Amino acid sequence: MPSATPVIDVRVRHAEHVMGTVVSFDVPASARADGSLDAAIRWLHWADRVFSPYRADSDVSLLARAEITVDGCAPEMAEVIAACAFIHDLSGGYFTASPGGQFDPSGYVKGWAVERAAALLSRAGSADHLVNGGGDVQCAGGRGAGEPWRVGIADPLRPGRLALVVEARDCAVATSGTAERGPHIVDPHTGRPAAGLASLTVIGPSLALADAYATAAFAMGPSLARDWTDCLDGYEAFAITESGKTWQTPAFARHLTPT
Amino acid sequence: MRRAILAVTATVAGLVALLSFKTHSSERTVAAAQPAASLPPGERAITGNVADTAYGPVQVQVVVKATKIVKVNILEQPTSTQNDLQIGQFAFPRLIAETLSAQSARIDTVSGATYTSGGYVKSLQSALDNGA
Repeated sequence: MPSATPVIDVRVRHAEHVMGTVVSFDVPASARADGSLDAAIRWLHWADRVFSPYRADSDVSLLARAEITVDGCAPEMAEVIAACAFIHDLSGGYFTASPGGQFDPSGYVKGWAVERAAALLSRAGSADHLVNGGGDVQCAGGRGAGEPWRVGIADPLRPGRLALVVEARDCAVATSGTAERGPHIVDPHTGRPAAGLASLTVIGPSLALADAYATAAFAMGPSLARDWTDCLDGYEAFAITESGKTWQTPAFARHLTPT
Repeated sequence: MRRAILAVTATVAGLVALLSFKTHSSERTVAAAQPAASLPPGERAITGNVADTAYGPVQVQVVVKATKIVKVNILEQPTSTQNDLQIGQFAFPRLIAETLSAQSARIDTVSGATYTSGGYVKSLQSALDNGA
């Protein structure tokens, strides 16, 4: 038997088509070897099967048609419903699990599922990894050599360009905006597409919350969103308005790169 | 080296996406490949595979110093139509500039409005994922 060889930090990148988007992984090679990358991918597909409103046989669809009760769903359903209710109340109803009147917790589920996928990798022993669900990121540790992850924030007004770069370590970065799929975020109070902001980014510990907060704040429009995100404990925001103006919460600057 | 390869991939992906916008007549001529001139010490040239696009074949070469791309050369590009010439004159220089600027940002990932499976293909994240 050969003697133990020095451990070389080889990283693996993987892109998985799931939940109507692509989830990108940047993980240590150990996560592929020990099966935790595969487990995280299987988890995402399971969450899609259970929570997708586009699948007639998902728990969400059955619940929306009142063909089953919460007790008949996967145990995670109660957790998702409770979290959606919490964010609904915290945001004054700007986040809702019933857009258009029908039960559809998609605005929470993707960020939550990606955060759980990252947690699976952590539990298996990975210290440094990054999971990006269609533009919403949960990361652990850093990019190596003691440096934090560098996350580019897409410029919604100049496709293909970055508005700025933030440094992230053990946290989530979520962005809501109209650049990819048009004006799809509806103000639940008016029923009309939210106006005024081009994109809004939230940074904080949990992607489930950061993603939902970004969606809620985007629906609020520029002025209310600024006041509301100022009050969020542990979460910072950066916004670009339709006219290209920007603002950020005071502690957001901690995430900006020195250059 | 990983960042450099990333940028090569991004450039080729960008060029292919650009050239795939419209269908193209089969008639084409190809610009003569220009071999890299003698390079200064510490620099070396990496030549990508020929990518077949709707407009014709495209081949890109990058000049690397340490782990940084210092120059992008288009070795092969379609030149048969006025449209081809405009792409060569205006679009290639812009894509090259974007490649060099994305590299200098040294980013690991991109946060932005949620893309669809289809939109992902054209995204900077897609180029990053293919870079490893």
